[in-house]
Amino acid sequence: MQSFEFVRAQDASAAVAASARSNTAQQGASVRFVAGGTTLLDLMKLNVERPLQVVDINRLPLDKIEPLPDGGLKIGATVRNADLAHDPIVQRDYAVLSQALLAGASAQLRNMATTGGNLLQRTRCMYFRDTSMPCNKREPGTGCSAIGGANRTLAILGTSEYCIATNPSDMNVAMAVLEATIHVQGVKGVRSIPFTDFHVLPGNTPQRETVLEPGDLITHVTLPPAPPGSRSFYLKLRDRASYEFALASAAVVVTVADGKVARARMALGGVGTKPWRSTEAESLLTGQLVGDPAFRRAADAALRDAKPQSQNGFKVELAKRCLVYALKQATQSA
Amino acid sequence: MPATRQATLSVIGKAQPRVDGPLKVSGKAMYTSDHNFPGMLYAVPVCATIANGEVQKIDTNAAEKMPGVRAIFVRNTIGKLFRASEGVAFDAEMSHVDENRPPLEDDVVRYYGQYVALAVADTFERASAAADAVKVTYSSRPPNVEPRLAPETNQKVESERGDAAKAFDAAAVQLDQTYDLPPETHNPIELHASVAVWDGTAFTLYESTQGVVNHRNVLAQMLGVPKENVRVVSKFLGSGFGGKLFPWTQSALAAAAARQLGKPVKFVVSRRMMFQSVGHRPRVTQRIRLSATRDGKLTSLRQDWVNHTSILDDYKENCGEATPFMYSVPNLRVTSAQARRHVGPPTPMRGPGAVPGLWATESAMDELALKLGIDPVQLRLVNEPKIDEGLNIPFSSRHLKECLSTGAQKFGWEKRNPSVGSMKRDGLTLGWGMAACSWIAERFAFAASVELRDDGTARVSTATQDIGTGTYTILALLVSERLGLAVDKIEVALGDTRLPPGPLSGGSMVTASAVHAVTEAAAKAIDALLATAAKAHGSKFAGRKASELEYTNAMVHAKGESASSGMPFADLLRAGNLQSVSGAGSSQATFGSASKPKFSSHSFGAQFVEVTWQPEIARLRVSRVVTVIDAGRILNPLAGRNQIEGAVVMGIGMSLFEETSYDPRNGAPINSNLADYIVSSNADVPSLDVHFVEYPDTHLNELGARGIGEIGLAGVAAAIANAVYHATGVRVRELPIKIEDLIV
Ligand SMILES: Cc1cc2nc3c(=O)[nH]c(=O)nc-3n(C[C@H](O)[C@H](O)[C@H](O)COP(=O)(O)OP(=O)(O)OC[C@H]3O[C@@H](n4cnc5c(N)ncnc54)[C@H](O)[C@@H]3O)c2cc1C
Ligand code: SF4
Repeated sequence: MQSFEFVRAQDASAAVAASARSNTAQQGASVRFVAGGTTLLDLMKLNVERPLQVVDINRLPLDKIEPLPDGGLKIGATVRNADLAHDPIVQRDYAVLSQALLAGASAQLRNMATTGGNLLQRTRCMYFRDTSMPCNKREPGTGCSAIGGANRTLAILGTSEYCIATNPSDMNVAMAVLEATIHVQGVKGVRSIPFTDFHVLPGNTPQRETVLEPGDLITHVTLPPAPPGSRSFYLKLRDRASYEFALASAAVVVTVADGKVARARMALGGVGTKPWRSTEAESLLTGQLVGDPAFRRAADAALRDAKPQSQNGFKVELAKRCLVYALKQATQSA
Repeated sequence: MPATRQATLSVIGKAQPRVDGPLKVSGKAMYTSDHNFPGMLYAVPVCATIANGEVQKIDTNAAEKMPGVRAIFVRNTIGKLFRASEGVAFDAEMSHVDENRPPLEDDVVRYYGQYVALAVADTFERASAAADAVKVTYSSRPPNVEPRLAPETNQKVESERGDAAKAFDAAAVQLDQTYDLPPETHNPIELHASVAVWDGTAFTLYESTQGVVNHRNVLAQMLGVPKENVRVVSKFLGSGFGGKLFPWTQSALAAAAARQLGKPVKFVVSRRMMFQSVGHRPRVTQRIRLSATRDGKLTSLRQDWVNHTSILDDYKENCGEATPFMYSVPNLRVTSAQARRHVGPPTPMRGPGAVPGLWATESAMDELALKLGIDPVQLRLVNEPKIDEGLNIPFSSRHLKECLSTGAQKFGWEKRNPSVGSMKRDGLTLGWGMAACSWIAERFAFAASVELRDDGTARVSTATQDIGTGTYTILALLVSERLGLAVDKIEVALGDTRLPPGPLSGGSMVTASAVHAVTEAAAKAIDALLATAAKAHGSKFAGRKASELEYTNAMVHAKGESASSGMPFADLLRAGNLQSVSGAGSSQATFGSASKPKFSSHSFGAQFVEVTWQPEIARLRVSRVVTVIDAGRILNPLAGRNQIEGAVVMGIGMSLFEETSYDPRNGAPINSNLADYIVSSNADVPSLDVHFVEYPDTHLNELGARGIGEIGLAGVAAAIANAVYHATGVRVRELPIKIEDLIV
């Protein structure tokens, strides 16, 4: 761990100004915001993150959950994962988000972790976290140790020959199906980014994970109103029963009318290099009769482009079963 | 009627909460890394990032100039470190290390994470930063961490009778399967740690060790100083699971650095280093061949195992430990071999040998039962031996049959439908499996002293240590029982080489070894008290013969008269102006003894497991575990139950999660943290049912207590694998059992 300067931002513009001096907002950033610190400090201790300056944003007034006039919800960037999961509106209208948050990490971590930090949590690829090993994401151009190494937990969707790291977040999978919007204040003012555009595929620049630029501060996330009559579900599959990242997970929001799927949103976690929404599976399922055959066809479509590595071939079938089961749960007659 | 139910014991056998509990929950218990001294420095090693090769150059320039840095030690600056000779006896002279090469002895790197230099600075953070700044150049060769093990030495015959090959070939029913166990890493919550203080002549070493006496003997040799110039202290351990039985290289490095710098030095091993340089259970592959008659009588049993070991050390995982006596079988052959890998030295892990061995043989027994169409419990009962057929001697006390029948009854085994996947509950498929287990019952040499003091309290002391299993409490109970003093009137002093030599906390042997020594020491202290009573001025009994006096519940009185007519021992001591009287006691070792024993002494047990299986999401969970153990008299049922439960939790991890993975390219244990090396979480552990069948084994000690620390792990893996087969139809012969094994 190297020495760094710790500053506390007095307001959002000061935070933006401090971070604007960073060389990048991606891997290798010289200035980092710290929220809960559960990702950042961990990686600093491993020398994977080596910021010269750490800007504390915990005192900024970004910790509210507020209903919006259109029936949607505004979630501040520093709202803790635990508070979000237990918020009554979230539990009522966005159950999938509450379930996803509670499936993640441990109670202690959820008390610290924030909405903004969770959006930006880094991969658990073991080579990314080990500075003695080559890793394109950590040090571009050095190679990918996971291809041909320990890759059981890594991605099968959205991979490239440069990187196969999984986006490990549970919350992100729920945000994808809820069609969240991420609101950012940057050097050029504020802007909003649809969730699907926020994370980027690794391609040949796996060090770049999002569209954020130096200075960009996530201020809040908004959710559109829950579609009337829709039901949602989050299922996480892993080796042990608790306190482990997903091998595969599925978030679904489904509206059923007359025994048929009227609207479906589906995303997978634990298998993609970014939170993996499958619009192909969604359109395939829309209009279909509720039931295993249609669910299985949708799951096959969602995994059609899967590219397994040496140790994670089982994830193809696991992710399909996960999605089918989540759809079943969400469509069981109430 | 077992003797236990007749004997009149007042505190032994009753639930006694830990006497050290309040210290632990209030944070006052001093663990090794809690020790701080004025001027203390912090040591952080530079760990090799190759597993096979040589150090060519170590550039310490930048690191030496960093703030707070006192030294960067390398091979030729650390000072002379010797090898320790092997002292084979398990007594006060014992001297054993699993890694024989002293740290920094040469420039050859033989495993990933081997220490190649040591940064010492005034804070931990500065030492870490300096260690990171040391630049090491290596010449590197590809490491061999190949998981498939083939014997590299001749298979050594461990036990043999009859002609197993011939009997196998002639048998009606045969089974020939291979079972694999991956390397497992001990993960006690307390990291290995050493705090070394050098006063110019002598060392005081605060260590996280399961054996202060052995540690002292080894370190004195490595440091090249007389034994009396090394004191080792280990008051509390955040457990060890075998990983702390023998010293690891951080201890010699901390001491050597303290000597070079003339300052106390603290060296705490990181969680990552725990996977590299402080031992692990080695990878084992075992071929099991069984044959039987159609009615289930075993006709032959062969077990041929290979375990990996490090490049320099010959570690043998004694998988055949329980094989020769578990069942009646006329033809048997057990062989062992090792295969060298570029890994750190393996070391014992809870239930060494027997736990991996029984995983294989008890899985094979289940497979054989299936072939025969015989119930697995029945198959074990049919093959119950009358004597230990390996040594041809009787058992001191063997009640496996009762464990099996009691376990079957508590579990409800008679309701088991043997056909695969046929049992359901709440939409889940159930799998029921079982296995038998065993563990050695032996004694180490043990010396103890008991003092009676003028404030009415007693003190018992021995150098052995409490690794978290409850040794403080057991010693208090033993003294309380003999002296009739309340437990809170007894001080227990442990974990210090200045005390009478006590043994390793290993092999589940401390309690069984302590009984005689402590009871004898208490009796001798009473003798001394009575002699004093007969002499001391102001004693009510001055002038009487000691032989006419008696001690009952803290009172000295005349024989034949009531205790209340006597004098409290504290008054007696005060009257004679004595602060205390004391007595010494000892037990002899049976373990490692050259003479053939008269009895075969082992604990036994049976474990029954229910798993639930949800094929639609490939979810497997353990939902019930019933364990029945025959481990002699249970001295403290709270501690006893706690040990078995903890072992079962560990067994769930062993069966379903735990595996140290070495990267094939650089030999690094790649999942070297607690997020990637998965152990059971609370949510993985159902409520656990534990029963003891209590038959005191008085051949081992007068109370008939055996050990209970390890046996609870010995049947879990096989019982789970057998239950998984029953639920899924998939026979997994390589642990851990993973989702990918079952998602077919
Ligand atoms: C042991 C362990 C187990 C875990 N298990 C799970 C799990 O099962 N499932 C799961 O989903 N997660 C899991 N997590 C991850 C956890 O959810 C994340 O670490 C957490 O959500 C990150 O939030 P934070 O506020 O602590 O982020 P921080 O560490 O504070 O920040 C993370 C990153 O985001 C940046 N950042 C933070 N806030 C902002 C902002 N407002 N604007 C711009 N940038 C910002 C920081 O600069 C930093 O780069 C686990 C973590 C640990 C340590
Ligand atoms: S998968 Fe990505 S993060 Fe992992 S080693 Fe390869 S490049 Fe690095």
